[in-house]
Order: sequence, then structure tokens, then C-alpha cells
Amino acid sequence: MKALMFGWEFPPHILGGLGTASYGLTKGMALQPDMDITFCIPKPWGDEDQSFLKIIGVNHVPIVWKDVSMDTVRERLGKYMDPQKYFDFRDHIYADFSYRYVNDLGCLEFSGRYPDNLLEEINNYSIVAGVIARTEQYDVIHAHDWLTYPAGIHAKNISGKPLVIHVHATDYDRSRGNVNPDVYRIEKDGMDNADHIITVSNLTRQTVIEKYHQNPDKVTTVHNAVEPLSPEILAIPNKKGVKDKIVTFLGRITMQKGPEYFVEAAAKVLKKAPYARFVMAGSGDMMNQMIRLAASRNISDRFHFTGFMKGKQVYEVLKASDVYVMPSVSEPFGISPLEAMQCGVPTIISKQSGCAEILNYAVKVDYWDIEMLADAIYSIITYPAMHDFLQKEGKKEVDNIKWEYAGQKVRRIYEQVISNKY
Amino acid sequence: MKTICLYFQIHQPFRLKRYRFFDIGTDHYYYDDFQNEEIIRRIAERCYLPANRTILEMINSSNGKFKVAFSISGIALEQLEIYMPEVIDSFKELAATGNVEFLSETYAHSLSSLGDPAEFKHQIKKQEDKIKTLFGVKPKVFRNTELIYSDDISTMVYEMGYKGMITEGAKHILGWKSPNYIYSSCVEPHLKLLLKNDKFSEDLSERFSNYSWNEYPLTADKYISWIANTPEPEQIINLFMNYEVLGSLNAPETGIFEFFKALPRFAAEKGISFSTPSEIFALHKPVDTISVPYPISWVDEERDCSSWLGNVLQQEAFKKLNEIGERVRLCEIRRIRQDWYYLQSSDHFYYMSTKHIGSGGFSPYDNPYEAFTNYMNVLSDFIVRVNAQFPETIENEELNSLLTTIKNQGEEIEALEKELAKYKKKAAKTNKK
Repeated sequence: MKALMFGWEFPPHILGGLGTASYGLTKGMALQPDMDITFCIPKPWGDEDQSFLKIIGVNHVPIVWKDVSMDTVRERLGKYMDPQKYFDFRDHIYADFSYRYVNDLGCLEFSGRYPDNLLEEINNYSIVAGVIARTEQYDVIHAHDWLTYPAGIHAKNISGKPLVIHVHATDYDRSRGNVNPDVYRIEKDGMDNADHIITVSNLTRQTVIEKYHQNPDKVTTVHNAVEPLSPEILAIPNKKGVKDKIVTFLGRITMQKGPEYFVEAAAKVLKKAPYARFVMAGSGDMMNQMIRLAASRNISDRFHFTGFMKGKQVYEVLKASDVYVMPSVSEPFGISPLEAMQCGVPTIISKQSGCAEILNYAVKVDYWDIEMLADAIYSIITYPAMHDFLQKEGKKEVDNIKWEYAGQKVRRIYEQVISNKY
Repeated sequence: MKTICLYFQIHQPFRLKRYRFFDIGTDHYYYDDFQNEEIIRRIAERCYLPANRTILEMINSSNGKFKVAFSISGIALEQLEIYMPEVIDSFKELAATGNVEFLSETYAHSLSSLGDPAEFKHQIKKQEDKIKTLFGVKPKVFRNTELIYSDDISTMVYEMGYKGMITEGAKHILGWKSPNYIYSSCVEPHLKLLLKNDKFSEDLSERFSNYSWNEYPLTADKYISWIANTPEPEQIINLFMNYEVLGSLNAPETGIFEFFKALPRFAAEKGISFSTPSEIFALHKPVDTISVPYPISWVDEERDCSSWLGNVLQQEAFKKLNEIGERVRLCEIRRIRQDWYYLQSSDHFYYMSTKHIGSGGFSPYDNPYEAFTNYMNVLSDFIVRVNAQFPETIENEELNSLLTTIKNQGEEIEALEKELAKYKKKAAKTNKK
């Protein structure tokens, strides 16, 4: 079984949860002996782990024929892919794109991030997908998140192979209901053209059915999982410098994540438990607003902001935490509570998070219920039994949530769409 | 005869390093030594040293007619002692001429007058000691941080034994009145006030090197003639500014040093003298009282304290700082005391101001929120350290009485031991006999 996947992020250079999920899922699927995955991303850095799949950098695929020598290609692209691949792609250029701005190899440039001209990058991505779809051999097309839906549809139109789209999030989650019409159009178009839709939680599945008017038979939930922690991460020492209990919020500080409920709950907890400290790790467009909110609640000496965290820093914060809180207003899945539980941190999540569907040993509260949230935080930092129980059972639970199982579910969906097609 | 009263403010804070949340409880050093040294050296070389040389030269060449007053914060003096001791020496040289007056202020250039009266008085004492130690004089005139003044502050200053204070001639306080007279506080009639002449002061601090100003270029001749042309009864022209006007805010190539050097000559021609604040207070009587119910300062168009305590971030930080004050004053540990002063500098609050976003206003931080986060992390560590000194459960008052008891007991034991020694000697003597 050969799958052609379109994605936007891949570790180690990731900006959000999408990259982590893409990595975990493909790695889990690669455990199936006959699975062969080709994964396209806008801009590889050359240090991605290619041991279990093949990565194609969309910015290394020519769309305009240029007369370049093998040596030039080897020198420029050798670090990213087999140079011969470049010439294979060049033989499949399907239209005259010489009016587009391309570099000396005939390739389009990509930022690989979420720039202001994102819609243009999405369009460019789909142009290049046409070349890739004509060159590669595959049985099924798998597009991750709305950014790559147009590319998936394009590839499907060319090859006639079935298209599976993977909904990691919808714009309803990101915007608390005020969807961007451009994004909605791309998402809806992708879902309408897909042969099957995979959602990361039942919550998202419900959104897809109700808000995007999809046939429920066509939508299946495959919950995300979590990669086991590497020994390197397990070895990170606890750098906590204070004796106080530390309660952590970790993630982008945006409307979707419900940071204000965390601040309000903190103010309530600190009234009863002045020995607690709260950490809001991450950055985002609501950060300054949150700093102000904490200041106006007079808790700034016990409420700390760390700014953007990356790589190991994330785990340093987790290891020093006594409670992890994710009060997301609408979270399609949310991998980070699983990571916290792996580090042995008791976790409180909102009922409006996808991961709440599969976690039993995490405290679940409504995101808006500040009192309940404060109560849960208080009991974990005050009663050691509660803390230890959640720590132990949570770790046990999360260690059994494996990508391998998620991969098997995706495989069954592949088989189903292929048999429906022929 | 008209007289000019020149006063310069000198202050540099100990800027904080990037202090992460993780450092709380582990790292107790808060300062960006590299940046602090770099800035104080740069300003000393561009401003303090050449300006001191210029002023010394002016005093000598005018046969002692030129006079000037300085207010140097204790924290700036500390930094100069560490990084640029030659500046201290040059101030000592100026002090020796007798034509220079040093004013009193809060040691840390702090906002304590607005939130912590006990600390305010404590810091004035400390500043007096510092000036006495370095320059051998006890300051007689008070100048609060950034010329902050209100009726309440005037009471505290008067209680500290001061008969004169200098402050801002804010338009909304003076109304139709002129700043070119002596006034007194309406609550403490014996506290005389000198008010800054905004127009003449800002001609030098804001407009001197501005090409688009219609009076550019400003010459000493023109400037003195403006002063001479003020109405006859207005005898006192108060020019208060930051010392950095000389060489830093106005670069040497703008001619600022030459401008100053030429001032005494043109002033003498028009019969205008120079005086220090004390001399003016001794010679003139107040013409009226002024009432300032809400604090004023010399900053921004509003001339209020909103640059330091205007938004919730600043108010929160200031509140948390003041809450711990009483505890800190019970502490004897020198490092805690030192950090306490450094953290009180008004500059830390100025960096958190949201009034100046994108429109100048120096800050070592990218934005006010970062300034706030960093300061609060440092302050949190500081609070942990202070609380580690004494059990938190004991009230301040109780703690104070316990400490007094311990101290008294210590003294008593000492006295008794002395007595014991005396009797032992006696006993030894009688035994010999």
C-alpha cells in the first residue's frame, strides 16, 4: 500500500500540534510492513527523520523547465532528496508556469510557516502537487489539514486515486464560531471532494457533520496518540527553584485555548492557597491582555509568563509542574495534556477538548466553570493523595495510547476507500 | 537683580537582566552588569566628564559668579563609584569650589513618596549620609524623584527638616501665576518652593538642537536677552534639567558646551547673576502659597505621575513592592537591603508604561509587557528571600517588638557583662591584697 501524503509541518521544525501529529501518525503507520509513505511538506530543513518515510520538499519540485546539470542539483538538493528525483519531476511539468516567480531551479519558494500571504502559498502548494501527483506512484492520497486540501483535490483529479482528508482542526475551533469565509470555503471544498474524512475526535466529527454538512457515513474518528518520551527528555532534571506548587498552562495564548479562564481560576486559588504559583508558558495574540488581567487581579507576583517555549524548554516547564491545565474553549484534540501526563503531571482539561474523549485519569471541567477549575487545581495541590493518584494512573493510561493503533485504523479506512473505488 | 538658578538631575538605574521564571529561587543576582557598565561609561564620557570640566572652567573664569546645583541619586553615585570613579573625583573638585550645591532626594530615585512614607524618609536619610560622605556637605534643599510633588509630600519633606524644595511649575497648578517667584506649600507655609520655568528649561532640553524650531540656532546672547526681557518684578529664573542635556541629549557638535560657556559673560552684561537654591531661599520671601492635591512631576504634557503609575501593570508592581517594604526594613542583611534599593528605582516602572509605545521613551525592553514580566519575576524571587528571613505567620508589629526585645536583651547582657568584668577585677584586686 502506497500513500501520498500532503502536510504542512514535520518535526523537528514545528509551529503547532499539526507537525507532532503528522509525525506520530506516519511513524505509527510505518510499523505496518507493507506501508510506503511519501510525505510532502512546503519547506524541509534537511534534518527530518526519513527512516520510515520519504519526504518531498515542495520547494524542491520544479514547475518550470530549467536546463540544469546533475552536479548543480546534487549540490543544491542533495541534502534533501535523491537528485535523480528532480529530473523525474521535471519530466512531468504539465503546464507553462514561466510567468510565475520561480528560482533558478524552476521551483517556487515557500516559507513553510503561516505567513500573511498564506492563501497564496496554499495555491502554490497545489500547483506543485500537480507535478508530484503525475510523477509518484501511489494507491491513496492523504491530505492533512485545510492548508493541503486544494493539493489533495488536485492530485485526486489527476490520478483518480481516492482522497482521504485528515481534519486536525476546523476554523470553528480557531475562531470560537466567527469563521473566516475563505478558510471555510477551502475546508468545505476539501470535505466535499474527499472520499473519506478522518477527524481527530468525536467533537470534531460532530463539527464536520453539522457545520460542513457532511454525510456521517463518510466521517470517521481516529483519535491522536502520543509518542513515547525519548530518554533524552526523560533525563531532563526538575529545575524547580521554589518549594511552591506550580500550576502550568502551556500553549499558544489565543482565544481558542481559553487563557482568561486560567487567570481567573488562578486568582481564586491564590485566595485560599497562597503557596501556589501559576505559569503561563507560550506566546500568542492574547498574551499582553493576559498580563494585564493578571495585574488587575493583583496576582502578578505569583503568576508568571515565560514567553515562547520550544523543544526541550517545554519539557523543562512540564517537569517542574505540579498541575497541568488546558482550559481550551474548543480543542479538536490537544496532544499536550498527554505529554504532560507522560511526564507524570496531573492534568485538568476542558470537556470541550477532543482528548477528553479518551482520557479517564484526567480531571475534566467545563472551560467556563472557573470555580470548578479552581476547585480542581486546589485539590490537586493541597491533597497529596489526589496528586499521586492522577500522576500514577494518568501515566499508566497515556502509555497505552499508541500511534500504532491509530495507524491501523487509518489503514482500514484506506482499504475501504480503495475497495469502494473499484 | 534677576538671577538664574541652574539645577541638573543625574540618575542611572541598575537595569535588570533577563530573569526567567526558572531563575526564581535559584538565582539571586538580578542585574545586567554589561549593559549598566556600558551605559554609565558612555554617558560619563559623553556628558558627565566634559560637562563637569566645562562647569569648573565657567566657575573659574567667572571669578566664582557662576553657580549651579546638582541632584545625584544614590544609585547613580554607586554606579559611578563602581565603573567611573573619576566622575566622583571631578564632582568633588566642583564641590571644593563652593559654588556648587548638592540637593537631597530619595536614595534610589524611587517613587516611595507616592506609596511608602516610611521608606521615603528612610531613603532621604540614606541619601543625606551618602552626600555627606562623598562631598562633605549636608544637603539643605530637597528635590523629589522627577520633581514629583504634592501637598502630602510637602508635609513629609518639612517633617524631615527641610525649609526648601524644588519642583515643577506645572501650568495646571500655576494657572495665571508665573513660576519666576518663590512660593510656599499651602499645608506647610514654612516650606519654600522653587518652580521650574518650563519654557526656558525646555528651550535647552527639548529644542536646542531642533532644526525645525523657528528660533534655531539658539545663541547665549539671544537666550539671555529673553531672560532679561521678562517683567521686572520676576526675579528668579529656574532652569531645571537633566544633566544629559550637556553632551548626550544635545551632542557636543550642536555647540551646547560653547553655549553654556558663553552664558556667564552675556548674563553679566545684562546684570543677571547665578544663584544656588539655598541662596535664593535665604534672600527671597514667598509671594503666595500653591496647592497641589494630586501629585505633579516634570514629565510629559500632563505633568503627572501616569508615566510610572498610569496602568494596571505599574500599579500592581508598585503595590507588591510596597507591601514588602516594612519587612525589608526589619532585615539587616546587606544584600537584601541593596537589592531593595535597586528595585525601587522609578525607571523600572517607566519601562512598563504603555503611554510611550512606539514614540520614543527609552527602555531596554521590547515592550512594556516584557518589562513587567521580567520585573515581577525578579520581585517574586526577592519576596521569597525576604520572607525566608522571618516566619510569614508573624505580623509585622509583633515581629518588630520581638526584634526590639532581642536587641534590648543583647544590650542588657552586654551591660551586665561589663559590670561583671568590673566586679571580677575588683575581686582580683582584693584577693591580691
